[in-house]
Amino acid sequence: MQDKLFSVIRKLKADYLEVRLDESQSSRLVFRGERLEEAGRTASSGGCVRALVKGGWGFASFNSPDRLEESAGLAVEQASHVGKGKSEFSPAGAVVDSVEAEYKKNPLEVTLSAKKSLLDEYNRIMLDTAGIQTTSVGYGDIRKKIIFASSDGTYIEQSRIDLNLRLAAIASRDGDVQQVGLSIGSKGDFSTVEGLHEKVRGIAQRAVAMLSAPEVRGGTYTVVLDPVLAGVFVHEAFGHLSEADHIYENPQMREIMVLGRRFGGQHLNIVDGAAVPGLRGSYRYDDEGTPAGKTHLIKEGVLTSRLHSRETAAKMGEKPTGNARAINYGYPPIVRMTNTYIEPGSTTFQEMIAGIKEGVYAREWYGGTTSLEMFTFSAGEAYMIRDGKVAEMIRPVVLSGNVFTTLHNIDAIGNDLDMNQGGGCGKAGQSPLPVSNGSPHIRIQNCLVGGK
Amino acid sequence: MEEILDIARRHSDSAEICRVTSVRTPVQFEANRLKQIQTKESVSVALRLVKNGKMGFAQASGHIPAADLVNMALETSEFGYPVDFRFPALGPYEEVAVYDPQVEHIRLDSMVSLGQAVVDAVCANTPGILCEGSISRGTSTFEIAVSGGGRASCRRTNFSISMDGMLVRDGDILYVGDIRSSCRPITDAGPVAGEIIRQLDLARNNASIGSGVMPVIFTPFGVAGSLLAPLISAFNGKTVLDGASPLKEKKGAVIFDSRLCLFDDPTISYQPGSTPFDDEGMPARRNALIDHGKVAQFYYDLHTAALAGSSSTGNGGRSGGMPSPSVHALVIEGGKTSPADMIKDMKEGLIIEQMMGAEQGNILNGDFSGNVLLGFKVEKGEITGRVKDTMVSGNVYQLLKEVLAIGNDGRWIAGYVNTPSIYCPSISVAAK
Repeated sequence: MQDKLFSVIRKLKADYLEVRLDESQSSRLVFRGERLEEAGRTASSGGCVRALVKGGWGFASFNSPDRLEESAGLAVEQASHVGKGKSEFSPAGAVVDSVEAEYKKNPLEVTLSAKKSLLDEYNRIMLDTAGIQTTSVGYGDIRKKIIFASSDGTYIEQSRIDLNLRLAAIASRDGDVQQVGLSIGSKGDFSTVEGLHEKVRGIAQRAVAMLSAPEVRGGTYTVVLDPVLAGVFVHEAFGHLSEADHIYENPQMREIMVLGRRFGGQHLNIVDGAAVPGLRGSYRYDDEGTPAGKTHLIKEGVLTSRLHSRETAAKMGEKPTGNARAINYGYPPIVRMTNTYIEPGSTTFQEMIAGIKEGVYAREWYGGTTSLEMFTFSAGEAYMIRDGKVAEMIRPVVLSGNVFTTLHNIDAIGNDLDMNQGGGCGKAGQSPLPVSNGSPHIRIQNCLVGGK
Repeated sequence: MEEILDIARRHSDSAEICRVTSVRTPVQFEANRLKQIQTKESVSVALRLVKNGKMGFAQASGHIPAADLVNMALETSEFGYPVDFRFPALGPYEEVAVYDPQVEHIRLDSMVSLGQAVVDAVCANTPGILCEGSISRGTSTFEIAVSGGGRASCRRTNFSISMDGMLVRDGDILYVGDIRSSCRPITDAGPVAGEIIRQLDLARNNASIGSGVMPVIFTPFGVAGSLLAPLISAFNGKTVLDGASPLKEKKGAVIFDSRLCLFDDPTISYQPGSTPFDDEGMPARRNALIDHGKVAQFYYDLHTAALAGSSSTGNGGRSGGMPSPSVHALVIEGGKTSPADMIKDMKEGLIIEQMMGAEQGNILNGDFSGNVLLGFKVEKGEITGRVKDTMVSGNVYQLLKEVLAIGNDGRWIAGYVNTPSIYCPSISVAAK
């Protein structure tokens, strides 16, 4: 394969050229209430070629292996059509490597029947909880092998296994419908979705309790986020903003995101990196052949670095960080996060809520999105904080803010870092990409909460 | 396809195979310049088979030996649901125009010029803005065959133009944009550029807004982005069957404003959501979901309909897995009021153009809550400027129970939704 790809690459004239071949097998199981709705298997194979000519890009993807040469020619032709200037692309030495899939308990060695039995148990627990109307349960795993070759002389084979479980308990009374979900993911360890029975019972009970919970009054509050929701917050509120493709061609954004700018207090440290081992966003090489890194985006409150592809790095005169990722062969790599987290501080949870007269304690996640400047993210579970204590449960809240002020408003960072592996990130039509994010508990002053 | 069906037929009671073949060419602009041209080819097949009365399912993209695909489906059939419907006979269908050969002959140069024309017009209006977007043409063929002998296929074209503008001023970021698509070529840059410029002109100044309850106008983009997701969920036959829809006992009841009519309409010529038949080969048809405020009908695929004791409404859709109920193209019938008259009627209120995070509320319950990404303050019948740091939250059923007016400005959003502006009496606003 190596020789074949290099012979295609050598024949063509481009400033840079890469070929990615991608092969995967996946299986999934879906329940709705009592019914198993889907037991299905998918096999997928395809490839793509991306070419850079005089600063212009061409990209061609295909399903059939015999289309490789023609697609490569097409990618170069399209790039030539676009390119009118000079290519800027960080140089890289040739790498030849092969990375086997890591796994602890390989989900592919667990029979479909055993997977189904486990999901049956979880589903039963939820359906047997008084007040639960219905459930939804979805499990999927995928094994993927990616072959990458580029005009740098790089040839890398990487395999990975990813799995994901999503559960939702839906309670209903008098036309009112409330749901609570749980989402768990892992890079190749089936045991992470085992033994969740008590957690599952908890989400079902919470869904029922939520029917009686009041809605919060909209406005600004002191908000405490648990590690899961704080992880979603750091991903949405800051992570996307540090992706250099939002910045590199925009002079005003470059000014706003100038390295050295203060974004928060001395206690604030934010990191992203695929080289952090064993997490869902971990890998050895990104989809441009750059080795994975670990990037301190914010150090002691100050912007110190950002996430790059080889193009954004070259254009900004910085170093690639190994963050160019593509969801599959149908797309070119773009700048993405990997494992993103706030580093722990020293405050305990009790200290954090002690001085709050009236505030909101928001836990677990439902969703999140960003416009770079503004972000919103929603909790899966929420409580009022009254006189320094966690008080009554309220309906889940949607929080929103402006990144440039909100990071300054974080005034306490906990000592209990935890990573959430259940998320998937979407950008430019490429979704869901396996990522993880995390944080300790954090406290945010003056945070906007939607409500009545 | 025939080979797979042959093998499947030998090993099962009945089988159905679908194949989707497509080529798409997006021309992409970034930072006001042509950046990348792509060509994306794809072929995928999906096999459903019934073995011992149970459903098996497998799909593949790219090359796969026919026997492997059949074996994968047979393996899953051991766990599949008991099948309570038959694969349909496939046809006859009424013709719906969704193919225009001209799309396949549009030159890359014309697509580049079209995109550049939008960019140039927007930049001339607002120097310093950065535009990003794509002009895309594509062709796809959907084929379906069943072991009973039926065959059907549909070839369609698509042309779309989408452009977003980002304007950064002193740490303040403004987003504007438009998207249009059709089964026929779009040759005029004017409407997209005009819409973006309209948004820019309204957003020149910022206006402050207080927290409280006030009237609101959802523009067509506002309706599509904020109000439709809860309705799509609530009218889904599967949500109703599971008892998770707030409408489950409301069929036939008038719970919306009597002027409100919502259709799923796949029969309109050259609209990207149109089709003669759904992804299970059932004839697609115009269905009223809301008829003058009344909950008229839920939408079903074959399996869900069988479970619910109903029949397929031609809404079987495939999005990565087995078919499930899905809408083709939602149309809210236009009213009589112009957007200008709605604004004139407002003492103090809000116009919502784009929401961010609206889908993050409890959609099942009809709730939405989000940040107003693009919205305007109205005072004494006039737009005073753009609002920022503003969240709204509400419930679709409360909002649409009695509306003040429905606009005469219906338009297509991305080819899958056609809606006018809707003027509602009250929404909760939380602002900083």
